[in-house]
Amino acid sequence: MKYLALVYYDESIVKGMSSEEWASLNRECLACVDNLQTQGHFLAGQALQPVETASTVRVRDGKATIIDGPFAETKEQLAGFYMLDARDLNEALQLAQKIPPARLGSVEIRPVREIEPFADATFTDDRPWREGAG
Amino acid sequence: MRDRIEAIYARDSRRVLATLIRLLGDFELAEEALHEAFVCAVEQWPEKGVPANPSAWLVSTGRFRAIDQIRRRARFERVTRQMGLESAGSIGSIESTDQYEDAEVLEDDQLRLIFTCCHPSLAPEAQVAMTLREVCGLTTEEIARAFLTTPSTLAQRIVRAKNKIRDARIPYEVPGPSQLGERLDEVLNVVYLVFNEGYSASAGETVTRRHLADEAIRLGRRLLELLPEPEVLGLLALMLLHDARRNARMNNDGDLIPLDKQDRALWNRAQIAEGADLVTRALNTRAFGAYTLQAAIAAVHCEAPSAEATDWVQIAGLYEALLQHAHTPVIELNYAVAIAMRDGPAAGLVRVDALLEDRHLRKYHLAHAARADFLRRLDRPEEALAAYEQALSLAEQGPERRFLQARTEQMAALLK
Repeated sequence: MKYLALVYYDESIVKGMSSEEWASLNRECLACVDNLQTQGHFLAGQALQPVETASTVRVRDGKATIIDGPFAETKEQLAGFYMLDARDLNEALQLAQKIPPARLGSVEIRPVREIEPFADATFTDDRPWREGAG
Repeated sequence: MRDRIEAIYARDSRRVLATLIRLLGDFELAEEALHEAFVCAVEQWPEKGVPANPSAWLVSTGRFRAIDQIRRRARFERVTRQMGLESAGSIGSIESTDQYEDAEVLEDDQLRLIFTCCHPSLAPEAQVAMTLREVCGLTTEEIARAFLTTPSTLAQRIVRAKNKIRDARIPYEVPGPSQLGERLDEVLNVVYLVFNEGYSASAGETVTRRHLADEAIRLGRRLLELLPEPEVLGLLALMLLHDARRNARMNNDGDLIPLDKQDRALWNRAQIAEGADLVTRALNTRAFGAYTLQAAIAAVHCEAPSAEATDWVQIAGLYEALLQHAHTPVIELNYAVAIAMRDGPAAGLVRVDALLEDRHLRKYHLAHAARADFLRRLDRPEEALAAYEQALSLAEQGPERRFLQARTEQMAALLK
């Protein structure tokens, strides 16, 4: 199964780091990628430039508008992503715990949805929730 | 070669995991080590060939890689410090033994894993989730689908259970003789819970849920190989005998068909023979319990050539023995039904009316359904209708509701 790990942190925390701290965090991230690669869990991933470099595109009635800035102001900003290959959600969560910025901000794990060609892309129906083993 | 490695994964991965948990003293480290070992296998086996004892190779490779990882992560110091503090064999310490060539030790590890996943300090739903994921090798998503919950809810349940095992220092061991009986009951209960989740799934529900019943039977077989106790025999027999009727229990609309109306030609004879044989073995030990007696009752039903030919004298006798082991209102109710079949509906009605004095049973739809059935057979349609309506107001499951609805209408038609 493929899972996308979205890494978020409050950029002001990172901006407040000394250059040694920043360099060490980056080294840690590289080591983390190395490790995931060796284990065969790493499919893709990148760190992103800070949020002030963001542009947002919308197309309405065939017309594109481009806005300077992110599509939503949030307390923590998207800082990077990993596309992971894991046996199941629990394995993906274990891998996500090793992503260094998980200590600073949050890592959101989302299972990918394989889009079926020629089929309606419908969401899986939300089943009524009930207590599992009762 | 890839296929061969996949086959070895399917066959050995749980066994290897169980041993790695003991050696590394940590579920997550062990899981990672298992994964690493298979990554190494994919790299090395195509060139060097499959080792003579693949699971031993995987254990030692996984263990080596894990310790290497710990060193590289500079956590080694902390872990070695912990090792000084913790007793050998508990979760959280690394064992350095080279015994994993020994098949017996590997088997013990599997039992350790089963007993740890079913530890009484974990909530029942956590026991089930842990057993299915760690012992049976199902994915979080598969278990969530089977239990009609979201993968993230289930994932959290598993994470919490693992944290508890680690933080509460739940020992990774097979309980000693003094505790074995009680702890084995806990394990059997989890296996039976899994089975019932699959068995009670209606035809309209996902195949995934039905497949839980197969998973529970597989687990029962494995448990019997590892621990040939009478009640393990009894539980496996009980599951096989119930499951043998799988294809006759429902019609194509997903309606429940009562035992006496089932087409016995649809019952799986080979499975019934296997179940009956296990029951005999369990009864011969003279040290059996409630599962064996329930299996014996199921065997009497399964071996009757027709509903009319059912030996109710024997079934009533088995219920009397079962009540000695487990005196529950539900078993009392089933006993009342057997008495009604043996001595007539009036005798059953006296018993069920006495049982309905019990507050809990009054909320149990099947108690009212049984009472309604006795009244119907006694030609008292008005009272039967009232009892069916009461049962219907308490029943929750679709197939059961439809069955009771049909009976209600039948009674109402009689009264017109």
